[in-house]
Amino acid sequence: MPKDHGIGASTKRREDVRFLTGDGHYTDDINLHGQAYVHFLRSDVAHGRLVSVETEEAAKMPGVLRIFTGKDFEAVGSIPCGWLITSRDGQPMQEPPHPVLAQGKVRHVGDPIAAVVAETYEQARDAAEAIMVEIEDLPAVIDMKQALAEGATKVHDDLKDNLCYDWGFVEENREAVDKAIKEAHHVTTLELRNQRLVANPMEPRVAVGDYARHNDESTLYTTSQNPHVIRLLMGAFVLGIPEHKLRVAAPDVGGGFGSKIFHYAEEAFCTFAAKQLRRPVKWTSSRAEAFISDAQGRDHVTKIELALDKDNNFTALRTETYANMGAYLSTFSTSVPTWLHGTLMAGNYKTPLIYVNVKAVFTNTVPVDAYRGAGRPEATYQLERVIDKAARELGVDPLALRRQNFVTEFPYATPVAVEYDTGDYNATLDKLEEIADLKGFEARRKESEAKGKLRGLGVNCYIEACGIAPSNLVGQLGARAGLYESATVRVNATGGLVVMTGSHSHGQGHETTFPQVIADMIGIDANMVEIEHGDTANTPMGMGTYGSRSIAVGGSAMVRAAEKVIAKAKKIAAHMMEASEGDIELKDGQFTVAGTDKSLAWGDVTLAAYVPHNYPLEELEPGLEETAFYDPSNFTYPAGAYACEVEVDPETGKVTVERFAAADDFGNVINPMIVEGQVHGGIAQGVGQALLESCVYDETGQLLTGTYMDYAMPRAGDLPSYVVDHSCRTPCTHNPLGVKGCGEAGAIASPPTVVNAVIDALQSGGHKVDHIDMPVSPARVWQAMQ
Amino acid sequence: MPQVSMTVNGKPATGDVEGRTLLVQFLRDTLHLTGTHVGCDTSQCGACLVHVDGEAIKACSIFALEVEGAEVTTIEGMANADGSLNTIQQAFQDHHGLQCGFCTPGMVMSAAALLKENPKPSETEIRDYLQGNICRCTGYHNIVKAILAASGQETAIAAE
Ligand code: FES
Ligand code: FES
Repeated sequence: MPKDHGIGASTKRREDVRFLTGDGHYTDDINLHGQAYVHFLRSDVAHGRLVSVETEEAAKMPGVLRIFTGKDFEAVGSIPCGWLITSRDGQPMQEPPHPVLAQGKVRHVGDPIAAVVAETYEQARDAAEAIMVEIEDLPAVIDMKQALAEGATKVHDDLKDNLCYDWGFVEENREAVDKAIKEAHHVTTLELRNQRLVANPMEPRVAVGDYARHNDESTLYTTSQNPHVIRLLMGAFVLGIPEHKLRVAAPDVGGGFGSKIFHYAEEAFCTFAAKQLRRPVKWTSSRAEAFISDAQGRDHVTKIELALDKDNNFTALRTETYANMGAYLSTFSTSVPTWLHGTLMAGNYKTPLIYVNVKAVFTNTVPVDAYRGAGRPEATYQLERVIDKAARELGVDPLALRRQNFVTEFPYATPVAVEYDTGDYNATLDKLEEIADLKGFEARRKESEAKGKLRGLGVNCYIEACGIAPSNLVGQLGARAGLYESATVRVNATGGLVVMTGSHSHGQGHETTFPQVIADMIGIDANMVEIEHGDTANTPMGMGTYGSRSIAVGGSAMVRAAEKVIAKAKKIAAHMMEASEGDIELKDGQFTVAGTDKSLAWGDVTLAAYVPHNYPLEELEPGLEETAFYDPSNFTYPAGAYACEVEVDPETGKVTVERFAAADDFGNVINPMIVEGQVHGGIAQGVGQALLESCVYDETGQLLTGTYMDYAMPRAGDLPSYVVDHSCRTPCTHNPLGVKGCGEAGAIASPPTVVNAVIDALQSGGHKVDHIDMPVSPARVWQAMQ
Repeated sequence: MPQVSMTVNGKPATGDVEGRTLLVQFLRDTLHLTGTHVGCDTSQCGACLVHVDGEAIKACSIFALEVEGAEVTTIEGMANADGSLNTIQQAFQDHHGLQCGFCTPGMVMSAAALLKENPKPSETEIRDYLQGNICRCTGYHNIVKAILAASGQETAIAAE
């Protein structure tokens, strides 16, 4: 019987009611008294020297309050990068400045040149058209390998070249890996591209800056996954506003997928301009603007080599990746191709020797940063594609090859610096075989063939590192932030609770799942628990939501704070019932004294905490409110196996996904309904990457896919229903809930599953095709078949 | 500035607009009905979908002045008279057909228009009908399920 409340119950989401009735409160729904509007004039060339920006005429247009250019920001700080990477030669990465408004040069289409603030949005936009900008065109640097060629035009004149860093991991293994590959019985090599994507949350970014004269306090309302991080980065590094004079609030946020982690120029601009103009300043991104100003994702070009011995054991793995940074270093851009990617190259397998080389490159394109999965999809894609290719070359069953090389004993220390605490990769693969009905595949293939279609099956495994991250470890690796999470549990006098979390919901359902945990711990109705998040004014400093960290890190902080609350409540109960503290038990919202029939309700004790008449005041402060900061001791390692069946139309090359199944091990699960929803959404993005989505620039740096007419977002008709399962559970051993995180699995595991299936289909039709780059479009498939 | 009058969610609504003011701007900025969202600028995403005289219309693709005198229904007008969720809204909650909620008003309005036209749609018909509504969060699975449930076809879900 499924549970109907508490941990493990598919509790319906309380937040849905407001979203379903139009009562959601998104940043664009905020309109402040006296608000002005900003429109950014953005570069329409990818690379050029700013000769002049003339604003005089435009400034006289109706409604214009002020026009800002790069000059206004000369004394303002640069938008910082949050992670320092050290190159193989021991040198720090090249880190160029990133001004709020362009200074001297424009470096990508969409780079903001000027900002017009006016009474209305239309007036701001009209005036922006009257600004005269003279740009001396420079050659655009688009292709990564050309960017690194001798004598290439530099994106940043003050840097040595366009190489941000050249990272080797694990550098000490390099020679041993080279040797193992040279001496291997068999080596499978694959060159592939993990194409650039645009995150495209349905809510475009919005920022509203406000300034209060009476207390000199600035407020920024913004579409962010991590308001505290924005406050710290913008306050300390860009605008020089101390935290106690700066509030950042992110109310309902309409999806993020990584793209709303980063600190953006528009946030700093609105906060800065509101103070200058003494008026609230609002910016609402259009979708067209989002395509040229939201940080984009992926864009890796990789060569991977897998060495096997004569018994088909993996003996070594070597990869070389070119990672596109775009024109500037976005907040976490530098960590994605390195630590979030290199540390996952072992996958589910006990390959003893691994070496990963990554060259990060500046180009005249929009900055690239984390997008759902961030580094881990890139790692999984290469690895699972090369294993499939190896199986084909060796004539062995791809599942058997994987099983043979699985890590089966835990904890397992990989050669790439992480230690998997738990897992059971055979269990998830067994489960997958069952739920995907792999036995029935041959019959289904015959049916497809009878219709003149080629049918393919793709299966692969994945592992990811979530619950980001142990602060001392990431500190050693170059992170300029801690990655703990925080929670304050405030119990009210009448027994209700408010949990103030540093974690942030932008669709994940914290308001429902977090109370489920508290309800279980205390034994009260979940409706007595309220969640507050997203506002630095009423939540403790926390790092926000990304990297599937909310329940694993944020939930753990909440559990720790609730444990402190319960410990104190027990002390109060012991005093009230004249019993010893050690004899007090809390169950179903009742405090009892072991071995007696004495009891007190939760509400009696909470009331006593705030009306401390009969209370041990000498030993205990009144009140019932505790805060905890939880710093994880390791990552968590969700893992699983995915299967996809596709039909390929040999006439047109069109691929349709016929069946899709996922067997995940997320450890313990708080709300199965929500977990399944997260997997569905991840799969859709993964299938979208495999078949449809691609962000394309031409050689001059013009974005060719800047609207939903050119950038193919997956729609309902492009996707099948999914069969998902999370019944295989190896609980995480080092967090109090035993949870691992589920937000990114689908996006990580799906792309190779689909591509493996397409290649299998083509091979079944006698086409000797080893690889097609994503998106596997009809044109590419058709061409591959010729 | 010209004036426009219409009935929105059963109540008369009047306001001054520019010729270029879109219906979605009128709803959001003048009437403060912020449940109707803007997710794109090319009429592709459906976040702005409302009903105008009973027809599903993308409110970003029509000027406010064009709907003079019309009956407009937005997400704010969808709940039952007592304020409880209507059948479609309830089905979306029951089947977890929403995550961030941004596409949701458009999805609910679209689903309502579909069920009026076709009270028992098949899964394929639902997926086809939703081609003009993009959701980035749910992968559509639970949206389709919710619409099947709202149309009284629980059996189609059980058979899944
Ligand atoms: S906002 Fe109307 S279709 Fe996107
Ligand atoms: S629920 Fe977020 S876009 Fe659909």
